[in-house]
Amino acid sequence: MKIKQLSIFLENKKGRMRNALDVLSDAGFNIRALSIADTSDFGILRLIVPEPDKAQSILEDNNFVVKMGYVIAVEMSDQPGGLSTILGILDDSDINLDYLYAFVDEKEERAIVLLHPEDINAGVKALEKSGAIVIPPEDVYNW
Amino acid sequence: MMWNEEVESKSREEMKKLQLERLQAVVKYAYENVPYYKKRFDEQGVKPEDIKTLEDIQKLPFTTKDDLRAAYPFGMFAVPQKEIVEVHTSSGTTGKPTVSGYTRKDLETWSEVMARGLTMFGVDEDDIIQNTHGYGLFTGGFGVHYGAQNIGATVIPISTGQTRRQIEIMKDFQTSVLIVTPSYGLYLAEVAEEEGVTPDDLNLKSIGFGAEMWTEEMRQELQKRFNAPAYNIYGLTEIMGPGIALECPVQDGLHVMEDHFYPEIIDSETQEVLDDGEKGELVLTNLTREGMPIIRFRTKDVTSLQRNSCSCGRTMVKMDRITGRTDDMLKIRGVAVFPSQIEKALLKMDGIEPHYQIIATRPHHLDELEVRVETSPNLFSDEVKELVGIKKKIEGYIHNEIGLRVKVTLVEPKTLPRSEGKAVRVIDKRELNSD
Repeated sequence: MKIKQLSIFLENKKGRMRNALDVLSDAGFNIRALSIADTSDFGILRLIVPEPDKAQSILEDNNFVVKMGYVIAVEMSDQPGGLSTILGILDDSDINLDYLYAFVDEKEERAIVLLHPEDINAGVKALEKSGAIVIPPEDVYNW
Repeated sequence: MMWNEEVESKSREEMKKLQLERLQAVVKYAYENVPYYKKRFDEQGVKPEDIKTLEDIQKLPFTTKDDLRAAYPFGMFAVPQKEIVEVHTSSGTTGKPTVSGYTRKDLETWSEVMARGLTMFGVDEDDIIQNTHGYGLFTGGFGVHYGAQNIGATVIPISTGQTRRQIEIMKDFQTSVLIVTPSYGLYLAEVAEEEGVTPDDLNLKSIGFGAEMWTEEMRQELQKRFNAPAYNIYGLTEIMGPGIALECPVQDGLHVMEDHFYPEIIDSETQEVLDDGEKGELVLTNLTREGMPIIRFRTKDVTSLQRNSCSCGRTMVKMDRITGRTDDMLKIRGVAVFPSQIEKALLKMDGIEPHYQIIATRPHHLDELEVRVETSPNLFSDEVKELVGIKKKIEGYIHNEIGLRVKVTLVEPKTLPRSEGKAVRVIDKRELNSD
């Protein structure tokens, strides 16, 4: 139940993020979710797109350094404390989190968090065991 | 005032006579005592007896840094090691360092030429010299030290660093002569200003500077900030250290101590000797050195020679300040840095792209180096902390290699300029070459 995520290296320079996004839009990709990690020198753009393998090769053809990784998509209740409950599950299982980003799936009227724990398989296991709703890749790529 | 008027104002004819005698002697001495020279001269089919005029020096082969490196550590010594009383080395930045050995007599020569130069700067036994050149394997500190002690001046052997303390000492001891690299001098001036110390609080009468390239604007700035004239010092470890040529009060070129060092200017491509006034690579020959006589050393420093008489009264040939290098060496804070060293450090990193660029800047009077490296899929990590770690690791490798801290910037693939033929590896934004 892992979701493929693309991470793209970006120099901290004017127009670089737009260039990457233009490459994807020219190829007809609609981005499902996105986050950016930035430092003073460089940024890492993280993306969820349908057909991630195809997107990766298109970006690489355009000289971007891309890494394919995995995140877990988990549904959370769209009310105060929703995210905390999910994080509590990982915490109780002693699973460290590298980063997360969240957004709202309007079609299904639900809030979703994308999690990147240090040990992704352990994360999936712990979440499923605690009854959290882990969303399968197809649903994410197509929402 | 001259330290050694007899030599410093010799007529051209007398100087040439002295140089020829010494050249003949040193060539014979090197041939008989340094196997390297015997081999090289034999290969070239030239015997010491073939040196009949000064121009005959052109029959002799050049010595390069590579030759000295191949002889590491003691292969160029002409005397048993027990007669060597001091050694210095270059920074060893391009591989093995080159070793320079001195006998007692060589140290006397060194202190003589430096005494002449310091006298040009107006130094006498009443002066207090603050020597910020580093003491250690680097020749800068000791060369100045020996010259100053020869004159009988008081030396403060403080080396570089402890900047606030330097200012305090300059003020409290009423330092009269400051020896600096130009960039460190400007930094000192800046800190002095911050501390509220003005030139009026100081007692500086002159500044001696060397060990890195500079612009006339930098000299003017130094002079303005300290309200004292600043004079250039030239030297290199392989030949002796600082003291090979120094600037007189006219401030228009450096007098070469040509009774000890024979200068030639060559075209570095054709290796032909050029006429006076023509710009080219400086080649130096030790005329009097005992411990390690070096014949026709290619310095890679670009300059020209002037033999017109100087209004200071000295007749010794003058060389222009160094305006460049024939190789791609960068002088960063007085340390020689070659792109090849950076490359070597980068290659220690797995998965690194061989595309890099070195950018030298001088944002606050101190040299800074930035190394831009193209990222590759192997290098890239989705984790910020890992990427920062990789950056730090590369910085560590480079620091290890060149002894200086640099800033590494990861850039996107294929964003560094490619060029046909030789890649543009170095961008020097310090603007040191303007006259």
